[in-house]
This record gives sequence, structure tokens and C-alpha cells, in this order.
Amino acid sequence: MKAKKVVLLCLLMCAAAFAYAADQIVVGLITKTETNPFFVKMKQGADAAAKADGATLMSAAGKFDGDNAGQITAIENMVTAGAKAILITPSDTKAIVPSIKKARAAGVLVIALDTPTDPQDATDALFATDNFKAGVLIGQYAKAAMAGKPARIATMDLAPGITVGQLRHDGFLKGFGIKAGDASIVCSQDTQGDRAKGQTAMENCLQKAPNINVVYTINEPAAAGAYQALKAAGKEKGVLIVSVDGGCEGVRNIQAGVIAATSQQYPLKMAQLGVDAGVAYAKTGKKASGYTDTGVTLITDKPMKGVESKDTKFGLSACWG
Amino acid sequence: MSTQTAATASPGLRGLFAHMPPVATFGPFIALAIACTFFAFQSDRFLAGQNFSLILQQVMVVGVVAIGQTLVILTAGIDLSCGMIMALGSIVMTKFAVDLGMNPYLAILCGLLICVAFGFLNGSLITYVRLPPFIVTLGTLNIAFAITQIYSKSQTVAGLPDAMLFFGNTFKIGDTSVTYGTVLMLLMYLGAWFVLRETAPGRHVYALGNNPEAARLMGIPARRMLVGIYTIAGLIYGIAALLLVARTNVGDPQAGQTDNLESITAVVLGGTSLFGGRGMILGTLIGALIIGVIRNGLTLMGVPSVYQILITGILVILAVATDQMSRRKA
Repeated sequence: MKAKKVVLLCLLMCAAAFAYAADQIVVGLITKTETNPFFVKMKQGADAAAKADGATLMSAAGKFDGDNAGQITAIENMVTAGAKAILITPSDTKAIVPSIKKARAAGVLVIALDTPTDPQDATDALFATDNFKAGVLIGQYAKAAMAGKPARIATMDLAPGITVGQLRHDGFLKGFGIKAGDASIVCSQDTQGDRAKGQTAMENCLQKAPNINVVYTINEPAAAGAYQALKAAGKEKGVLIVSVDGGCEGVRNIQAGVIAATSQQYPLKMAQLGVDAGVAYAKTGKKASGYTDTGVTLITDKPMKGVESKDTKFGLSACWG
Repeated sequence: MSTQTAATASPGLRGLFAHMPPVATFGPFIALAIACTFFAFQSDRFLAGQNFSLILQQVMVVGVVAIGQTLVILTAGIDLSCGMIMALGSIVMTKFAVDLGMNPYLAILCGLLICVAFGFLNGSLITYVRLPPFIVTLGTLNIAFAITQIYSKSQTVAGLPDAMLFFGNTFKIGDTSVTYGTVLMLLMYLGAWFVLRETAPGRHVYALGNNPEAARLMGIPARRMLVGIYTIAGLIYGIAALLLVARTNVGDPQAGQTDNLESITAVVLGGTSLFGGRGMILGTLIGALIIGVIRNGLTLMGVPSVYQILITGILVILAVATDQMSRRKA
């Protein structure tokens, strides 16, 4: 008799747990990788927002930047697990679209974070940095900092075909006031956003054009590598390095004088807005839509007239990583 | 494999050719010479002592990793975990020195030890549990990567003690600055070349790759040797970690992610067969230099980076095709 009561109690508790879990809103977050500090911060932001909204966060990531198959699997798993909304930073902006279509057809809200899909309207909404604007800001800053001196520019880019790299590069050119192929661009090499590869690329560019005085870099690790190469060649004082990202280490590098200015972006904000939109959809059926610019701020300790910026104190308070 | 012709003691040209290795092994050197000549004509900045010193510095880390990779590939194995083991070693040695305030030499030793441990793990799993090298090193690649990220919290380690940066220091030969690290790399290649060519254990490495069963029957302690080779490879990755730290000035947990494929490319371009049993360690150095020269030369010419990748891919196919064709003839 007693055993029966215990079993009944256990069953009731399980049922209650299931019911409780079924009531919880599930939001999924799929990042490109697990280890890039940018995505680590995004996940932290999503965790915090989910807790505040009373929702459950499921998270997953690809194994490496470009791991499309891993992200497809993650979408499928999350839809099966009953996620009402999925936030994704797509690794392959075209190839992920069919999976996103399927998820949306199943009634799931899909929001792209940080990187737009191709086409952009394949997702319900996009919360991202305007990467083009990020490039424009540092281009304008570099132009103002050069104060009319003839510029010899090196661009340390990402890798062929990746939209983020292309947008920032093109934005820099626009902000600086030059077109692609301009004679003042003396060297362009890919770095894959990697520190050591940035160092090698900068060394080779310096061999080609020893009088480089402006360096555009795709992100702060590449900038640090470029600085290392300039330092080894004894040229670090006369060269202006600008970058994008606004990670805490990058902002500290501005304080150290390694990077002159960086465009700071806000992964935390992207995640927060994403989770909030997902929970709102689950509760009210209201879908988020369109593009929301999560903001980009120029961070520098040497402000230039005509280019709005904030200092590193602000940068450190708002940084990620 | 170089065939020793019988002592047909005819001096002069014939005797000379009989003692030289077959033409196939000159392939990589010829390719390097062609590349250098081409770039020398394309840019007047290429043929400078300082430029060559730079190329050596740029291939230094992958070049050293490729020594370990060559040893492994000679036994018909493969090591996909090399880059990650190196990154783990670099994080351990830098964090121990900076965060724990450990004596830098002791910290370096700890870094080397963790790399040796992973090498030993690879060797043991492959030899005693008899798992395929591809799978084992795929697993240890991920384990080493994860440990690196967790321990470093994905942050780079800066503010390193001077002792750790020694191999980045330079000395002058005439007008050219040469780093101690590149000298170490060249010495390691010479050492490896000597051991593989002139010592019994070295020749046994080739035997293991050619025919492990025959090697065992010959009395070579095959299993012990195989574990030893992976362990030594681990030590070599540890030394590469120290060189990486000296070159970049930081402990970077994101480093080394493409080093496995880059080192395999250097080994293949150098004429070593992926099927084991044949190849020259100096060929690997030439292979690494070919990659470095092409990258440097194309940058000097202003050619976009994507073409470096294209040319490397074409060269790899050519190298493997040459190897296959010379195998068929033999």
C-alpha cells in the first residue's frame, strides 16, 4: 500500500515537472562558434535576458566559423524541442536559408543576429551592427587624423567572400573618401581575423611598401598582429591602426596606443533584443520584423574634429570579452 | 626510396650519379628555385637578405610543427592535433609565468611537458588500443582545444617575461637581422635529418612506415617506437609553442587552428609520401619555404591572397601526383 502511494507521488511530480516545462517558453540561440569571445558575450546576454523574462534558453553553435551543417542540425533539434523562437548568427548566409524557411513554416520566429542572411528577409528580423557604418566611422577618423598628409594605406582583410569583411572594408574606403583600387591603397592581404596571420600579412606588406602609414584591420586580433610586425620593423610610432569590434582587449589596446580607434559593437544588446522579441512572440504572437541597428560607437582616446567618438573609459564599460 | 646500386666501381660521372638520390627527390628544391627566380624578376624587393630572413620567421612555427608531422607521416600515420597541442602548450607556459608568477624556464618546461603528455596519449591510443591515427588525433585535437579555451577563458596572455621571448631576439649577419628562433628551426631540421639518415633508430622509422609487420619480425620494437615517435612529436610541438610565443609576444588560445593542414601541406610538398616509409625531412623544410615564398612573393606583387590558396592547392596535387608516379615506377 505504501509503495503504491510513493509511486503515485512520483508520477504526479513527474507530470507536474512536465507541465511546468511545457509552460516555459523556449528560445534557441545558435552562434557561429562557442569560443569566440564575441559569441560568448552574446550567450551571456541571452542567458540573462531569458532569466529576466522567465524563459528557457537552449544554445548551440557550429564547430568552426563556416560550419553550416552544425547549425542546420541545431535548428532542427531546437524546433523539435519546441523552441518558439530561434536567434542565429549564420555561418553560411546563403546555405542556412532553406533550414530557416522550414523552421518558420513550423511557426518558429527566426531572428538573425550580427550577420544578415542572404537574402536578408529570409529571417523574420535582423538585429545587427551596421558593419558598413562601422567601417565608415574608422575611415572618417583615419582621414581626419592624417590631416591632409598623403596616405599610404594597407588593408588587413578577413577572407574571400565573407560579407562582414567586405562591408567593413568598403565602409572604410567610403569614410576615407576613396574608391576601390585607389592608388593610396598600397597593399591588401587576408588575415582570417587571426593574430599570427595578421602579423605575417603586415610584414609582407611592409616589405612591399615600407612607407605605409595607415592600416585598416578587420578586427582587433588582426590589428594586434599588425602592430607586432610594425614594432619589429621599428615603425610602430608613425603608423595609424584602426579596427572594428570593441572587445575589452581591443579597448585596452587603444589605451596602450596600439590601436588608434575602433568601432565598438554590442553583442549583448543583440542577444537581449533577440530574446525579448522571442518571448514577446511566444506570449502575444507579435512577430519582430525588419532591421534593428544595435548601434556602433567609435572609441578613441584621441578624438578628431568632425568625427563623433567616445573615450576608452566608456569603451571599457560597454565592452565584451 | 634511394636505391644503392651495387659497387660497380666506375669512378667519374657514372659513379657520381649512382650515389645521388633519384631525381624525384629534387622536385621540391627545383620548385622552390623556380618560385624564387620568378619572384626575383617580378619584384626588386624579393631578393633581399632581410626579406629572406622574414620568410624564415614566417615559416618558423609551422616549419617546426612539420618536423613532428614528418616523423608521424613517415610511419604511415597522421597527426591532426599538432596545432592544438601547440596552442595548449603556449597557454600553459604563458599563464604559468604570468598568472602564477612561476620562473619562466620552469613555466616553459611545464608547457613542454603538457605537449609531451598529449603526444604520449596519441601514441598510446594508436599503438596499444590500436585506433587509427586519423581518429585518435581528431579526438585529441578537440580535447586539447577545449582545455585551452577553458583554462585561458579565451583570453590572450600578455606581459610575458623576457626569458620567454628570447627566440624572437635578433642578431645581425651583415645587414640582415636574423632571429634566434629561425636558427633553432634550422638546427632542428639538421638534427632530424642526421638522426633519420645516419642512426639505426632513424632508419627504423622508415621501416615502420614501409612494412610494420616486417619491421617487427626484424626485431624492431615497433610498438615502443611508435609511441616514442608520437611523444617526440609532442615535444616538437611544445618547442613550436615557445617559438610562437616569442614571435607574437602573447599566449594566444586561438592560435594554431590551421597548423595541422599547413604542416601536412609542407610535408606533402616536400616529397614525403602520405602512405609512409619514404621521404626526406629536409624536403619538409623546402615545402614550408615554398609556401612562405609564394605568400611573400605574391604580396610583393600585389596579388590578392586568394591566389596564394589556389597555387598552394595546385602544387599539393602536383606533389602527390609526382610521388604516386615514382612509386609506380619502383
